[in-house]
Amino acid sequence: MQYLIQIYANGSVDWDSMPAAEREAITAEYIAINDRPGVIGGAQLQPVETATTVRVEDGRTLTTDGPFAETKEVLAGYYLFEADDIDAAIEVAALLPAARMGQGVEVRPLVER
Amino acid sequence: MGFLGDIELAEEAAADAFALAAERWDRDGVPQHPAAWLIATARNRTVDRLRRRRALAAKAPLLARAEPEPEQSHSDTMIEQLEDTEFADERLELIFTCCHPSLSIEAQVALTLRALGGLSVAQIAAAFLVPEATMTQRLVRARRKIRDAGIPFRIPPAHLLPERLASVLAVVYLIFNAGYDGTPPGAGSGEGPASRHELVEEAIRLGVALVELMPDEPEAFGLLALMLLQDSRRAARMRNGELVLLADQDRSLWDRGQIAAGEKALRRALALRGRGQYVLQAAIAAQHVRDQVDWAEIATLYGELARLTGSPVVELNRAAALAEAEGPLAGLAAIEGIDGLALEDYRYLHSARGELLRRLGRSEEARSAYLRAVELGGPEHELRFLRRRLDALG
Repeated sequence: MQYLIQIYANGSVDWDSMPAAEREAITAEYIAINDRPGVIGGAQLQPVETATTVRVEDGRTLTTDGPFAETKEVLAGYYLFEADDIDAAIEVAALLPAARMGQGVEVRPLVER
Repeated sequence: MGFLGDIELAEEAAADAFALAAERWDRDGVPQHPAAWLIATARNRTVDRLRRRRALAAKAPLLARAEPEPEQSHSDTMIEQLEDTEFADERLELIFTCCHPSLSIEAQVALTLRALGGLSVAQIAAAFLVPEATMTQRLVRARRKIRDAGIPFRIPPAHLLPERLASVLAVVYLIFNAGYDGTPPGAGSGEGPASRHELVEEAIRLGVALVELMPDEPEAFGLLALMLLQDSRRAARMRNGELVLLADQDRSLWDRGQIAAGEKALRRALALRGRGQYVLQAAIAAQHVRDQVDWAEIATLYGELARLTGSPVVELNRAAALAEAEGPLAGLAAIEGIDGLALEDYRYLHSARGELLRRLGRSEEARSAYLRAVELGGPEHELRFLRRRLDALG
């Protein structure tokens, strides 16, 4: 099965006042996850201010600035993970710095086709 | 082949056996008793097929019991007859699946009762005071999540086991408590309605199954001991619909057989060097049914439990035990030592303070503590008990 492991930022971490060395160590942890067996993709997203929302009405494309939903928790990154069952995905999710730093980590299975 | 009972399956198996015979006999020569060989092979194939059928269509047929249907599906009964040991493992896998933390606690409870207990959907719904349709829906959603989210059917690997076992034990204890505490409004008799007590019986049955399936897990024995010991006092717990305090209970109503069984399970848990939360609670429950209750020991056990759980409620219980061991002043001091904010709105803190103040003859302080407890509400039989205390203060 495939799982999307989503990382949600909620503003609880003050990256700016964090010492550079600590910031780099955390980034290195995220990068290292990519090398784990079963991880088949993943990326960090640009900040939510860079988002553009798109819809089509009467054949016209309407674009608006900003995210689809204005929420405090925003998707900040993801991994695509392949495993036999959800336990393996939960184990990877638990390794993410976000999980222990009070941010949100959500595991969702993909629809199999 | 009649013993296999399932025509379609038997035919498939026979065809398989003949196909296999063609292949083997070609290679190894014809066996001495070809007919016996064929029958034995067909039987083995049937078992294989049953196993596969279960692995695929369900391991969920066990879960699929949400729809009204006979006790066990046909293939379940057959596997059970053919292979008892394998079946035990599968039951354990099923328990861990039903209590997987990716499922909501309500779903865990409903699935466990349905897949492993002997209750119908209607009975489970009645016990949890929800319409049957709601319970059916809950089960359907839970089974769908097991399938779609890839919740595994297996005994968790060693590094996950402690957390997952805790979740299984918590579900069983929750089922027990739902049956044990559930006193319905206006219950006139000494017990709750049958549907509630069925939960207690189911929980104990599950507890027995857990110790059989995990004979080296002290906490499983601890939980079983705790449930047996608590439930042994059931008949004495209520009198004419009123709650009877432990000290005032008619001990002749206690179930001695169940107490002995509980103590045996506790001894086993201690022999396995168990010192977890269920073992400690069982040890406390065992003290309560002794002829000579050792309150100092109970206070020590609560202290250990408080360090383990960090629970202020446990601290409150320790204070109550201290009051019995060393007098109401020591108990009051211990209550004052509990982080006040944590239990400010906890009715038992105020009723316990009221009780100790009453014993010290500080009637006015006792009154305001009891009043605060009443203000915080609770089950009707508890409120009546508090009002009787208030009346007695004059």
